[in-house]
Amino acid sequence: MTMEPAKGILSVQVWRGGADGAFQVFQVPRQPSQTVLDVVTYIQRSVDATLAYRFACRVGMCGSCAMTVNGVPRWTCRTHVDKVAEGGALSIAPLRNLPVIRDLVTDMREFFDKWAAAKGSFKGARSKTEPFAQVRPDSPERMRADAGIECIGCAVCYSACDVVSWNPEYLGPAALNRAWTLVCDERDAANAERLRAVAGDAGCHACHTHMSCTERCPKHLSPTAGIAGLKRAVLRAALKGDL
Amino acid sequence: MSARADAWLWIAQRASAVVLAVCVVVHLATIIYAVQGGLSAAEILGRTRGNVAWLVFYSVFVLAVAVHAPIGLRSVLGEWLGWRGRTREVFLVLLAGLIALMGWRAALAVFG
Repeated sequence: MTMEPAKGILSVQVWRGGADGAFQVFQVPRQPSQTVLDVVTYIQRSVDATLAYRFACRVGMCGSCAMTVNGVPRWTCRTHVDKVAEGGALSIAPLRNLPVIRDLVTDMREFFDKWAAAKGSFKGARSKTEPFAQVRPDSPERMRADAGIECIGCAVCYSACDVVSWNPEYLGPAALNRAWTLVCDERDAANAERLRAVAGDAGCHACHTHMSCTERCPKHLSPTAGIAGLKRAVLRAALKGDL
Repeated sequence: MSARADAWLWIAQRASAVVLAVCVVVHLATIIYAVQGGLSAAEILGRTRGNVAWLVFYSVFVLAVAVHAPIGLRSVLGEWLGWRGRTREVFLVLLAGLIALMGWRAALAVFG
């Protein structure tokens, strides 16, 4: 099968400057199998070397190239222009809900600080001299953790979430999804503390189940399901008096 | 408010929603049944006056509304108006009291 080469010129408006910046329009030649990241890279290498953006792996693993493409948060390295360009036009902006540093680069600190606030790091109870824990791959806890474990930390869900924009204290879908995978990790010994950290108006109870995170997650995870799991876990802890 | 208190508010709202789901169905079914032969104040009062079962039913209904509505409004006020903190909680406790008093007064009025 031969692929018809894409022809023509894309009209691409790209956000320039900080929060009070503006869009600048570039003309970019169409290429077959062109990704949105290819478009941004073309502009930076061939038109305007001052354009700031982030990327690393280019294969959907590192989570660093997320941007707002035609109003929707996406991983740009795996987003083909063919799928998103409307009438040969693209609009590329930084992620919503995060402070803009410059052009397409956002300050991710609050996003990752919230992972820490949600107790998103594993705390085991065994020392290195003890034998490894045996976790059955088909145990319900392991399967629930598996469903959420492939997060690449791209912040697409955080950018898609309306609750984050209404309540800046809200931990957000990625941090809560991470907390949920640890709640499901039978080796973890910090769940009482973790459930206290994720309960309340800044945590899982703020979620309105709009499911924008689940709709937009490029890894097809469901942070909404994890957040619902956290609500159930907090309910059980509260009824037992452990919260 | 602490995370623990927030969590209990969430539990109270979900629990009151369960009560409301039953109460609203009974209430609507009663309305549909009651208007079959035309609607009159005398007919309604004939059903409710001196009927302890209806008094208990509507008292529980009012209590569930007084718990459920202010907790939902709490999120709306926080997210849409940015109203958080102690003044919001005081306002909502007063609102819950007002809903309960007005509702129970109405339930008593059609009972006695």
